[in-house]
Amino acid sequence: MSPLHLCLALSAALFCTGLVAVLVRGNAILVLLGVELMLNAANLNFIAFWRFGPGGGEAGLVFVLFSIAVAAAEAAVGMALVIAVHRHLRTIRVAAANRLKG
Amino acid sequence: MMLPASQLWLIPALPLVAAVVGAAAPRTARRLPVVLALVAILGSFLLSLAALFGALAAPAAKLTANFTWFLAGSTPVRLGWLLDPLGAIMSVLVCAVSVLVFVFSTAYLREDPRIGRFFTCLSLFVAAMLGLLVANSLLLLLLCWELVGLASYLLIGFWFERPAAAAAAKKAFVTTRLGDLGFLLGLLWLFHATGSSLFYDGGAGVLEAGALERLAATVLPGGWTAATGIGLLLFAGAVGKSGQFPLHVWLPDAMEGPTPVSALIHAATMVAAGVFLVARVFPLMAADQGLAAVPVHALTAVAVVGSITALLGAALAVAQTDIKRVLAYSTVSQLGYMMLAVGVGAWVAAVFHLITHACFKALLFLGSGSVIHAAHHEQDSRRLGGLAGRMRFTYVTFLLGTGALIGLPLVFSGFWSKEAVLHAAELWPVSQLPFLAGLAGVVLTAFYMTRLVCETFLSRARSEGAEHAQESPRAMTLPLAVLAVASICAGWIGTPAWPWLQSQLTGAPVAAHGWSDGLGLMVLSTVLVGVGIAAGWWMYGRRPRVDARALDPLAQRWPRVFAALAARLWFDEWYAATFGRLLRGAAALAAWLERWVWGGVVGLTGRIAETTGEVNRAIDEDGLNTGFDRASDGLRHSAQRYARGQTGDVQGYLRAVVVGLAVLALLLIWGGVR
Repeated sequence: MSPLHLCLALSAALFCTGLVAVLVRGNAILVLLGVELMLNAANLNFIAFWRFGPGGGEAGLVFVLFSIAVAAAEAAVGMALVIAVHRHLRTIRVAAANRLKG
Repeated sequence: MMLPASQLWLIPALPLVAAVVGAAAPRTARRLPVVLALVAILGSFLLSLAALFGALAAPAAKLTANFTWFLAGSTPVRLGWLLDPLGAIMSVLVCAVSVLVFVFSTAYLREDPRIGRFFTCLSLFVAAMLGLLVANSLLLLLLCWELVGLASYLLIGFWFERPAAAAAAKKAFVTTRLGDLGFLLGLLWLFHATGSSLFYDGGAGVLEAGALERLAATVLPGGWTAATGIGLLLFAGAVGKSGQFPLHVWLPDAMEGPTPVSALIHAATMVAAGVFLVARVFPLMAADQGLAAVPVHALTAVAVVGSITALLGAALAVAQTDIKRVLAYSTVSQLGYMMLAVGVGAWVAAVFHLITHACFKALLFLGSGSVIHAAHHEQDSRRLGGLAGRMRFTYVTFLLGTGALIGLPLVFSGFWSKEAVLHAAELWPVSQLPFLAGLAGVVLTAFYMTRLVCETFLSRARSEGAEHAQESPRAMTLPLAVLAVASICAGWIGTPAWPWLQSQLTGAPVAAHGWSDGLGLMVLSTVLVGVGIAAGWWMYGRRPRVDARALDPLAQRWPRVFAALAARLWFDEWYAATFGRLLRGAAALAAWLERWVWGGVVGLTGRIAETTGEVNRAIDEDGLNTGFDRASDGLRHSAQRYARGQTGDVQGYLRAVVVGLAVLALLLIWGGVR
């Protein structure tokens, strides 16, 4: 397998790990962790194609920097949501937060 | 056996592996991380000894192994390893102190359920610290620098269930981050100006003549040069990490961590990383020395900050009652001495003092750890006392460490290194103030250490914990013994009669100038040490404290001065009142804007939409309604059936999305749908 294939396989594995975490974990923080894993799998893809792909500038690198920054903001918002949910419902199980109405 | 520069990465790699495996190990395997960490650090110790032999074989040759990390466009980002006496000696020192602290910790934290986590974090710290030492690239150095900060954060907050420890960890992290911002800016500026972050690169590195000349020739408005600006920015990072004034406030609070951590990270190694950084980039810091037009030379700023810190730390140490805090302020003060030495141009003396300080301060901290362990976590020196008889071994080694710290003449290592620093300060052409600050610090150091020893070990026990104290186990006394020997012998490598360290670090033979050089200074500093000890003994040793609640003798004499020092000159309060209030004001402003201005805009938009909706409804109900009723009924029924799927369970929705996605993907692959 070429390095690109290895990277893609790793990123697919990372994505699946994250996906499983998002789908089956009950704890909102762990779900957020899963989301981060999936995001990083996407980042890894960007980097892999940038490094081993046909070439063509810095788009991959810049995308990843951008996506890391967005992910940081997302994590901050996510954590704030989790805290808000915890204040409201006294729990952070995702299944408990099933109503839009407060 | 010699270790070539290309294999230097092995030194930090071993503890890193231990840290990764330790982190992945199940929580029930308590011993695994401990054993792994010990094996890894021993391996690194042997490897760094091998590296040291290689470096000493050719002290002037900067042996490097550089490689390209990645290409950003056409700009290569390169990293590398550097083998020279400075890095190699520091690696050996870090590994040696780490080995002893690791052994000490196995006994100190024997009962702690999270001992595995502790050793994992320690391994991570050592890996990052060693990486920092062998890095040949400012970028790699910064990466390791931040990792070291992370490990420090994790270890200060190791007992995170204590609010004080959690707060101290946060404070340390945020305060050092302020300095690191300067470091990062300096790095970017340097990279922008020279196109490289490698220190030595066969003539193209940033610390080599070509780049330095260019940096010194780049003149900015006001007479500043790029070299001065970059030097000051990098120094800002060192100020944060090494607890220099005005960012020294985090270091005493960091004593909330376990005592071995204080010994290894917050006394011997990590806080010295700032001094190491400045010593490493010394050619850059000194590049503007020859230029008369520069308003403030980078090194002058270093000397000023160092002098203030040396004096301030020593003064604040006088009024502390917690053993570890006294030692913490003492560390701040000694780090000030090191910075002072770099500032007056004697980076070799700074490294010498760094080495001896690492030995005796680790000894003092581990000694205080032994006391705290024996006295059931009582660390208020007013409530200890009478330990000299109960813990004879700890007492003797602590005394040896104290002798080295205050610089008792001729025998102890601290004497030689402090002489080197003061001698350099005396010869500084710009000003005599750092020299005078250093001399005043000598008196204060002798005074507060005498006070600490008298309060902790003499008189009689003043609390239950101290009464039942027993000598610590072998695993704790053995490191004390080794460090006590090192506290004496470490000074012999750099005496005026045999300046081995000086000639190795500079890579050129330094002539032994015999004992007569600086003899007057030695006598003067010996007298000052004597004055400090005498004053300390007169106030604390003559009539030792018998009651834990009795007023401090110094407080009786000068209550105002003592109160000011005990309150640490209100630095924390002052920072809270200025920067803290500023931040809180900004946050309140943002909240106000959010609520009234942006919220108002949103509300207005909503109101417009609402009004439009009202009009729409009126038209709808009166004009269009009649024919639609049946259709709506049907729609409502189907919607009710559909609504059963709307459980509100986010993960259920996601599962449906994933199944749909999988079906789609399969269709694309096998169904031939294009």
